[in-house]
Amino acid sequence: MKLTRTSTVAAKADKPTLGISRRQFMKNAGVTAGGIAAASFLGTGMMRRAEAKDVPHDAPIEIKRTVCSACAVGCGLYAEVQNGVWTGQEPAFDHPFNQGGHCAKGAALREHGHGEKRVKYPMKLVDGKWKRISWETAIEEVGDQMLKIRQESGPDSLYFMGSAKFSNEGCYMYRKFAAMWGTNNVDHSARICHSTTVAGVANTWGYGAQTNSFNDIQNTKAIFFIGSNPAEAHPVAMQHILLAKERNNAKIIVIDPRFSRTAAHSDLHVNIRPGTDIPFIYGMLWHIFENGWEDKTFIDQRVFAMDEIRKEAAKFPPKEVANICGISEDAIYQTAKMFAENRPGTVVWCMGGTQHHVGNANTRAYCILQLALGNMGKQGGGTNIFRGHDNVQGATDLGLLFDTLPGYYGLTTAAWKHWSHVWDLDFDWVQGRFDSGEYLDRVPMNTPGIPCSRWHDGVLEGKAKLAQRDNIRMAFFWGQSVNTETRQRDVRDALDKMDTVVVVDPAPTMAGVMHRRKNGVYLLPACTQFESRGSLSNSGRSAQWREQVIEPLFESKNDLEIMYLLSKKLGFDKEYTKRMQIDEKGIPLVEDVTREINRGMWTIGMSGQSPERLKEHTMNWGTFSTKTLEAEGGPCKGETYGLPWPCWGTPEQKHPGTQILYNTNRHVLNGGGNFRARYGVEYKGENILANGSYSVGSEIQDGYPEFSDKLLKQLGWWDELTDAEKAEAEGKNWKTDLSGGIHRVAMKHGCIPFGNAKARCIVWTFPDQVPVHREPLYTPRRDLVEKYPTYEDRQVHRLPTLYKSIQQQDMTGKYPLALTSGRLVEYEGGGEESRSNPWLAELQQNMFVEMNPADAADRSIRNGDKVWLEGAEGGRVLVEALVTPRVKQGVTWMPYHFAGVMHGESLEANYPEGTAPYVLGESANTALTYGYDPVTQMQETKASLCQIVKA
Amino acid sequence: MATMKFLCDSKRCIECNGCVTACKNENEHALEWGIQRRRVVTIHDGERGEASISVACMHCSDAPCMAVCPADCFYRTEDGVILHNKDKCIGCGYCLYACPFGAPQFKKNGAFGSRGKMDKCTFCSGGPEENHSEAERAKYGSNRIAEGKLPMCAELCATKALLAGDAEVVSNVFRERVAYRGADNAAWK
Repeated sequence: MKLTRTSTVAAKADKPTLGISRRQFMKNAGVTAGGIAAASFLGTGMMRRAEAKDVPHDAPIEIKRTVCSACAVGCGLYAEVQNGVWTGQEPAFDHPFNQGGHCAKGAALREHGHGEKRVKYPMKLVDGKWKRISWETAIEEVGDQMLKIRQESGPDSLYFMGSAKFSNEGCYMYRKFAAMWGTNNVDHSARICHSTTVAGVANTWGYGAQTNSFNDIQNTKAIFFIGSNPAEAHPVAMQHILLAKERNNAKIIVIDPRFSRTAAHSDLHVNIRPGTDIPFIYGMLWHIFENGWEDKTFIDQRVFAMDEIRKEAAKFPPKEVANICGISEDAIYQTAKMFAENRPGTVVWCMGGTQHHVGNANTRAYCILQLALGNMGKQGGGTNIFRGHDNVQGATDLGLLFDTLPGYYGLTTAAWKHWSHVWDLDFDWVQGRFDSGEYLDRVPMNTPGIPCSRWHDGVLEGKAKLAQRDNIRMAFFWGQSVNTETRQRDVRDALDKMDTVVVVDPAPTMAGVMHRRKNGVYLLPACTQFESRGSLSNSGRSAQWREQVIEPLFESKNDLEIMYLLSKKLGFDKEYTKRMQIDEKGIPLVEDVTREINRGMWTIGMSGQSPERLKEHTMNWGTFSTKTLEAEGGPCKGETYGLPWPCWGTPEQKHPGTQILYNTNRHVLNGGGNFRARYGVEYKGENILANGSYSVGSEIQDGYPEFSDKLLKQLGWWDELTDAEKAEAEGKNWKTDLSGGIHRVAMKHGCIPFGNAKARCIVWTFPDQVPVHREPLYTPRRDLVEKYPTYEDRQVHRLPTLYKSIQQQDMTGKYPLALTSGRLVEYEGGGEESRSNPWLAELQQNMFVEMNPADAADRSIRNGDKVWLEGAEGGRVLVEALVTPRVKQGVTWMPYHFAGVMHGESLEANYPEGTAPYVLGESANTALTYGYDPVTQMQETKASLCQIVKA
Repeated sequence: MATMKFLCDSKRCIECNGCVTACKNENEHALEWGIQRRRVVTIHDGERGEASISVACMHCSDAPCMAVCPADCFYRTEDGVILHNKDKCIGCGYCLYACPFGAPQFKKNGAFGSRGKMDKCTFCSGGPEENHSEAERAKYGSNRIAEGKLPMCAELCATKALLAGDAEVVSNVFRERVAYRGADNAAWK
């Protein structure tokens, strides 16, 4: 045998097949393999970018730093660009989050540079046919339609669906766009992702975000996953988790109805029935209180109303919990013991916890568990709430939500005045953009809009029941897949009913293809974040700056440019970009947008994250420790990677960022903190400020309220402000003083600008003060409904919302199986983009339902059989059965990334030529049902009912 | 000179398929839909004891494929990587019988319904053609070894479960992990 290379001349292929051979194959595969969509050749007149194969190997290489767009871990990578083509992807071993690692999605990221299945140019649907139009025509026609509807029905008849895929700057400008248009009908997928976390957690201790970082998990002794499956949803987080397991012998506890791929690495897995998180947590607390495992000092100093929790937990002895959750009594004890004995421990939750009609209460229950054990505000502890999309943290922070302006300022007149001040606009002008009427005693400008989860109800619901002038008549779907919303049949009806549908996205998405319209749909091609630059915030609140890798493909445009073009057409471009330069390409200067964000975002301390600082961090990511996330040397010495907010004060004040929230073991100038004084200073005469606990170096050695001009004067610190700061800070507080002076002086004295209070176990403004167990609307346990009923039907903001009237119908006879849903590692979100990536699509070609062997045998179903799954409201999906012990008897599970097939019928013909993803399948949400959290309007996707029959 | 080996740490592998798409990404010019040089194998799927490893050509020291190939298309590089010459390959599939890992891949459905040449993991080191030539890229994919880099699958592994490199270095990394987590948790138990 030869041991060295031989060099022979390559045999010539009969005809040039390379490059198109894959497509040729796909064509055949479409015929033979069913699940794979047949791919057509690119349409006539199509422009093609050069492909990697056309670039010689030795062409000069430019290296760009960018960040994966699949999930919120924020994995960095080096993109290699040759002759303008994204030809290579190299691991960033020096990146502090991922050290070069990627999951299937990240490792396939470069496919974004091919974009074979993308929308290539603006199109509109004319008599059932897609017609190519110019950008000028598109903006003109869309704008005219907006103005017409505004004239007839007011600004609230427009709906602005946004995206967690925007950069921070895109998020901010989209929210601002809706404000300038004059509506709060703007939202994005955080509504159906972690909205209940944001509400529940912020109302417990101040901020609704992940409290520690992915890297900090390396310091933990126990990890308690509830409704989270990072092995599939956040794979690179597992790097840190498995290190904790290897190095600290950290215990891994997984609470999940499924034996997930994360559970495969666990020490303990408990498969509770979907929708029973609260009784399970109370069951743990019952043991914790019974055995005196709670952290009494911590509770005394930093927690308000734990006694209310003791009373509630007393109602959940082991026998009761075992009965409700469908587990053994011993499992509850073992879980409580393992988590209490291994401290510090961290709690991780995701959609399994949040997507319930009691989601906000679930998240509060998890927080309370951590408060009882004293696991908050320390290394290795915290609630590590893993966010979903790459920039869903930023999108949430920047108020791309129906109920707040950027920075969680809310929608009060004071909030509008603050932002008008930031924008340099007259408040009266801003107010004048809104509908000034009153509907069901609500004023549109100060009333949350219609949520992402229910925009279709805003279209379909009777006008008289809506707290706005008219129904939604026209909607933008800008980077959001509507197949992620439950009740798909209603979604389809709503798409049919509207006057106009506008999809702005790299892909046509379901909003563009699932309707039965012949006219009035526009597809505007937006580019991806790899074709533009800007910042994004990962789940751990660290911001990174993406360099632009390649120029926008085909005729696609940057989000900011499209928004700006629309604002010009609608006549508010001057106000919209008042503080921004417009660059030579006609795009608002990204860095100016970041600076405006800095100018307004005092509440969460995005004020210190200037574009210059963020770029410096990203360009020097190799100088930060993978264990502490801090730079021991180099230009960012002493700072934490990505300046995790709160990064207090102005950029010039050089705050290093706060990796661990509420950590009293550090000085505020070094990332220290304490719980926020957000709910006043007392409740029913009881002090709710901290008791003898304060962060290192604080000159006020006890609890204190939030800082304002008045407090500074009381403390005698007012004169430490400069004259310019005084002029701005007069009559303001730490949230509204644009000079940053109040921040600066508070911190100089070691104090946190937001005050120092206790975390609270009761939320007096919520429907349930303490978390209360309520059976799912579609519960399989009718015997528990009387004892644990849901809410009465009620109006939530602009929409009537049903609870009891649904729960009181017993559907278990016809639909005996519990139904829950979740993620696959290969796909992301609605899956339109990832199913269009051949390297990923190849790995998951069929939509399926997981069912237990016993349930399958009862129905004569064998693994791989086609089955009809019918949801409790009659939505039917034709899927493959995956018979597995992963789910227990009586429980079924479906992934939610599929779409493009509805009720067994393919929608492929509705796609513009060459844009259908490689893989189509039924959407799980066609079978999923009604159910919304009363605080946030989160949808219930985790606890429903179904029946399965062989097809 | 080195002896290149793969090792997949079953305690670290989370079956995320990153290695599979990394391979596709890096070798896209040589790979068609349906050809996966690397795949993740899971045992006890969905129950206690579930474990996964990523498998591709193991570049055996005494490679059975090489021993049985009637066309004598295999060869070993000085780095201990087993490569093959697609121009010599007759597509008989004999190597598939011999390989204990199922590494050799054949087109599932070619343009003309033929089985075609065998394809397998090259340890990202191309083939017998000139380094980085069009022909090498088209038939075998990338050649990272010639650039002083290791295979993409291991380089991009999410949890550092899949290790690739000189056998001695790989075993040192693994040995350190086992020292931390104890023999009981070394591999399969």
